Amino acid sequence: MRTSFVFSEVVTGLRRNVTMTIAMILTTAISLGLLGGGLLVVRMVDKMQANYAGKLEVSVLLTNDVSANDKDCTQQPCAGLRSQLEQTSGVETVVFQNRDEGFERFKRIFEAQPELLKLARPEAIPATFRVKLEDPDRTDVIRQAFEGKPGVKAVDDQGKFLERFFEGLNGLRDVALILALIQAFAALLLISNTIQVSAFTRRVEVGIMRLVGATRWYTQLPFLIEAVVAGIIGSVTAVAGLVLFKAFFLDRITRNLTESGIIPPIGYLDILIVSPWLFLVAIVISATTGYVTLRLYVRL
Amino acid sequence: MIRLEHVSKVYKTSTRPALDDVSVEMEKGEFVFLIGPSGSGKSTFLRLLLREEVPTRGRVYVSNFDVAKMSRRRVPRLRQSIGCVFQDFRLLPTKTVAENVAFALEVIGKPRNTIVKVVPEVLQLVGLDGKEDRFPTELSGGEQQRVAIARAFVNRPLVLIADEPTGNLDPDTSQDIMLLLERINRTGTTVIMATHDHGIVDSMRRRVVELSYGKVVRDDARGVYGVGR
Ligand SMILES: Nc1ncnc2c1ncn2[C@@H]1O[C@H](COP(=O)(O)OP(=O)(O)O)[C@@H](O)[C@H]1O
Ligand SMILES: [Mg+2]
Repeated sequence: MRTSFVFSEVVTGLRRNVTMTIAMILTTAISLGLLGGGLLVVRMVDKMQANYAGKLEVSVLLTNDVSANDKDCTQQPCAGLRSQLEQTSGVETVVFQNRDEGFERFKRIFEAQPELLKLARPEAIPATFRVKLEDPDRTDVIRQAFEGKPGVKAVDDQGKFLERFFEGLNGLRDVALILALIQAFAALLLISNTIQVSAFTRRVEVGIMRLVGATRWYTQLPFLIEAVVAGIIGSVTAVAGLVLFKAFFLDRITRNLTESGIIPPIGYLDILIVSPWLFLVAIVISATTGYVTLRLYVRL
Repeated sequence: MIRLEHVSKVYKTSTRPALDDVSVEMEKGEFVFLIGPSGSGKSTFLRLLLREEVPTRGRVYVSNFDVAKMSRRRVPRLRQSIGCVFQDFRLLPTKTVAENVAFALEVIGKPRNTIVKVVPEVLQLVGLDGKEDRFPTELSGGEQQRVAIARAFVNRPLVLIADEPTGNLDPDTSQDIMLLLERINRTGTTVIMATHDHGIVDSMRRRVVELSYGKVVRDDARGVYGVGR
């Protein structure tokens, strides 16, 4: 009896106010979708950091002259540079990669982009020392010691590049989360307003309930559940939105980057892992808003 | 059963007390008329019993509830032992007769098998059998008030409170409603009815408590409305 009573009250409540309910659900969904997007970016950054951890290298790129004429690094200045690198403290390994090997590697990475490969010439790829450090953060030592030396064209620090890339991603995440917050605020106001309107339209009914001795539980629960149900529908919509966004948009624009292993792909599993949080946030926010509204603005 | 001790009620928005040092006692099974002109404090009296209002001073007891002092959490228990009927019926227009009555039991968590048993019984008691599937708009005023009485009585309250229940009804229909309230009173239910209908009070010859400007000015065991009013 209890559950069927509350359930039928909730259904009539939501239907009585269809436009408001839809607005409430959509706002909640957009807010949660943005939150979910932010969380997915967080996961992506984490994955990338894990992927690259311990693999980060400093590349010492050699000049065109050296790249063209010293395939095995047996002449000067190449051989000298190699021994200097090997003797620098904190350096774990030094691998020499000549122009041809570099080009093979380039081809492997950009397999998925034949257009790019067509443009590329081996001449554009410098011979490189790939230097692995014991502490990947101490790349400045190498940069300061080797930048500008004869035979060195540039010192390329993957860590710095990744840092900038992460900064970009984190910026994206922050924008998503801020928008999510603003939308959440709008959702909150809508939930509160919907409950107040709902309570007003049902004031006769609630008045009778109070009079015949219904407990607060009975008079208020339908309103609360109404808000929570709308929140849950909102989070389901948000998860569906994320799945559609991934399937029809994200996959397409990031295919090249993910296939070449530069950034990890966002999978349905990631969305699955993020979605319980969206449900939780939706339930907590709608229930809290509902409760506070009933306490402060509705005399039941 | 019901006892008010030096009860005063001053509403925040007014200076004159709606009830002024009222002390009165009513026994179980009594039928009491609460009379007095409009604004004399009858509705306030009844609202205090229901804990719709709290007295400014004094104490209110209903059965074993210390109404003014009890915690808000226990208020539903008090109200479940009091039935209420009003001048304006207060039925839900979207529910049928039977649903309106059942509603009062549903919202206090009564099990369904109890509800399907007692609702037809009480509808028969108030003389509405055969009309259980009608909507309030399909009923006369008297019939609507019968539904309200059925709803108030279905949970077998100790007290039935009626605030001008005949205020919207013609004299004949009013007479029928009074017969019904008498019938309910004979089951042992205390009935307190606020009214300013002379004819009804005079014909029933029951206890009369008269209020004037918030004071009890008369309490007759077998009273009439009074002369010259
Ligand atoms: N909620 C209220 N707020 C302020 N004053 C009220 C309220 N209810 C009743 N009153 C005042 O209290 C007095 C008694 O009213 P009431 O109990 O309704 O009398 P009756 O039912 O006999 O007509 C009146 O002067 C009325 O204006
Ligand atoms: Mg009144």
